[in-house]
Amino acid sequence: MGLIEDAAETVGDEINNIKLNVQDAIEAMGSEYAGSLYDSVLTTKLGKVVGWAQKNALWPATFGLACCAIEMMAMANSRWDAARFGAEVFRASPRQADLMIVSGRVSQKMAPILKQIYDQMPEPKWVMSMGACASCGGVFNNYSIVQGVDRVVPVDVYVPGCPPGPEALLYGVIKLQEKIMAEAGTDKAKKRVA
Amino acid sequence: MSITDQGLLEREKDTMTLNMGPQHPSTHGVFRVILEMDGEVVRTAEPEIGYLHTGIEKTSENKRYVHVIPMTDRLDYLNPPGNNLAFCLATEKLLSVEIPERAQTLRVIMCELARIASHLVWLGTHALDIGAMTVFLYCWREREMVLDLNEEISGVRMMTSYIRIGGVAKDATRPWLDGIQNFIDYFPAKVDEYEKLLTNNPIWIDRTQGVGEMSREDAINWSMSGPALRASGVKWDIRKSQPYSGYEKYNFDIPTRTNGDIYDRYRVRIEEMRQSREIVKQAIEKLPTGDFKAPDNKVSLPPRDTLHTSMEALIHHFKLVSEGISVPKGETYVPIEGPRGEVGFYIVSDGSNVPYRVKLRAPSFLAIPGMCQMMSGCYIADVVGIIGSIDIVMGEVDR
Repeated sequence: MGLIEDAAETVGDEINNIKLNVQDAIEAMGSEYAGSLYDSVLTTKLGKVVGWAQKNALWPATFGLACCAIEMMAMANSRWDAARFGAEVFRASPRQADLMIVSGRVSQKMAPILKQIYDQMPEPKWVMSMGACASCGGVFNNYSIVQGVDRVVPVDVYVPGCPPGPEALLYGVIKLQEKIMAEAGTDKAKKRVA
Repeated sequence: MSITDQGLLEREKDTMTLNMGPQHPSTHGVFRVILEMDGEVVRTAEPEIGYLHTGIEKTSENKRYVHVIPMTDRLDYLNPPGNNLAFCLATEKLLSVEIPERAQTLRVIMCELARIASHLVWLGTHALDIGAMTVFLYCWREREMVLDLNEEISGVRMMTSYIRIGGVAKDATRPWLDGIQNFIDYFPAKVDEYEKLLTNNPIWIDRTQGVGEMSREDAINWSMSGPALRASGVKWDIRKSQPYSGYEKYNFDIPTRTNGDIYDRYRVRIEEMRQSREIVKQAIEKLPTGDFKAPDNKVSLPPRDTLHTSMEALIHHFKLVSEGISVPKGETYVPIEGPRGEVGFYIVSDGSNVPYRVKLRAPSFLAIPGMCQMMSGCYIADVVGIIGSIDIVMGEVDR
């Protein structure tokens, strides 16, 4: 039994109670205000609400590695303004972040540190692989570069480019939001926090 | 030995080892420094590098000369045209090829725009480290204008690979030159704006003046170069002392200061942005007409339209694309003045179409030991200020 299911059961009863109360209130008020109340009350699943909240408050960890980190900063900055998508709160501590944007080439020496930082992030968490180097090694097919960060941590969204522009990264964020929303309330979302 | 003596001995050893990095927002990349702390004061600072080791020098030995150029972009990723230029100048020296005036001027324009963009990143992140958020947002606003100009001429925002062996990739267009004119008309007021925010700001002065001081002798002994050297009172700039790409024809100053602290390095870089803008202005005014790449078909591709009419052009085109440029046997070192200091490529050629050895002289790498010397004796809060003021780029340190 996952946490969300527990919560859904208890909160589900609460929501039913609220619905009954609202119905009572409408009946008590008579017909005059009834129409407007029906327009302003939404019913949905708790999992969807949680997903909606998560997707609009992605907190990335500041994990700048190389060239892509400069474009990542540009994404958070005045012109591209990641705040429009709720992803501008970069956190220096992985314990306060739920999105890891691997921006740049991952060397063999950096890979264990990357894994450790990923492990330190609280669940649920997502990983974006930014740029050719993080996604597949890029032009650096040699002894020192890990050929894709997905060998170390599971990746949700790959953003191609060398380096990807801020608009490409924003598109990646939007794709991740779509993914979070599609997973919301399903077993996949429950596994992320299990 | 008495108890007091033992106590004293223990007191001397009573320091705390503190790890900083490689994942730290203020180390400007994946730089790691191990600090030996006595309370809040740093006793010793030991750098550890290699977290971004990419094997670029080794990989270059398997790539043709033309293919090395995109690799040099990714060394110092805040100054791609400068790295391209240093590599191309070294290769051209071995080839002894003459570069047309127009190509040289276009190179200067790109390099100086890159210097402005690099200093803007430096100023924004350095101010953010010390606690000034607004400057960060302002600097990026102007940097985007430079990146747009890069994109217009080369197709890429950052990794331009615009400077090629024998010239540049593409000729300048009128709209692009107009865009640069717009930028240089707009930019000086913005530099004044940054200065208004910082130069006389009491918090900024408290955090930077007298912090991370480096004497003239130390700066020379620690093989510093670029703005960090000039802030300590050494008037040394490769653009003046060993001019390349026609820098001797431009009228510009080398800003120097004498105290060698964080504040002076800030003032030097601010002034350098103004001087770079001056150089770009002069370059635009006297941009000569002519070829944008050397007419030597052994080095640069013949014009596209001649391929259908000239057998010789077709052969040259085929040979250049399938085999690449063969560089005569020899070795050379060519330095240029990058935003961080002396960037130089040392190339050894065995006469084939791939370099035998490519070695980069990276200013950030050579600045790290001196930077850690500066840290000993300062407060922990000033460590990020010192790192920021030297403006290291880990891409070229670890390469």
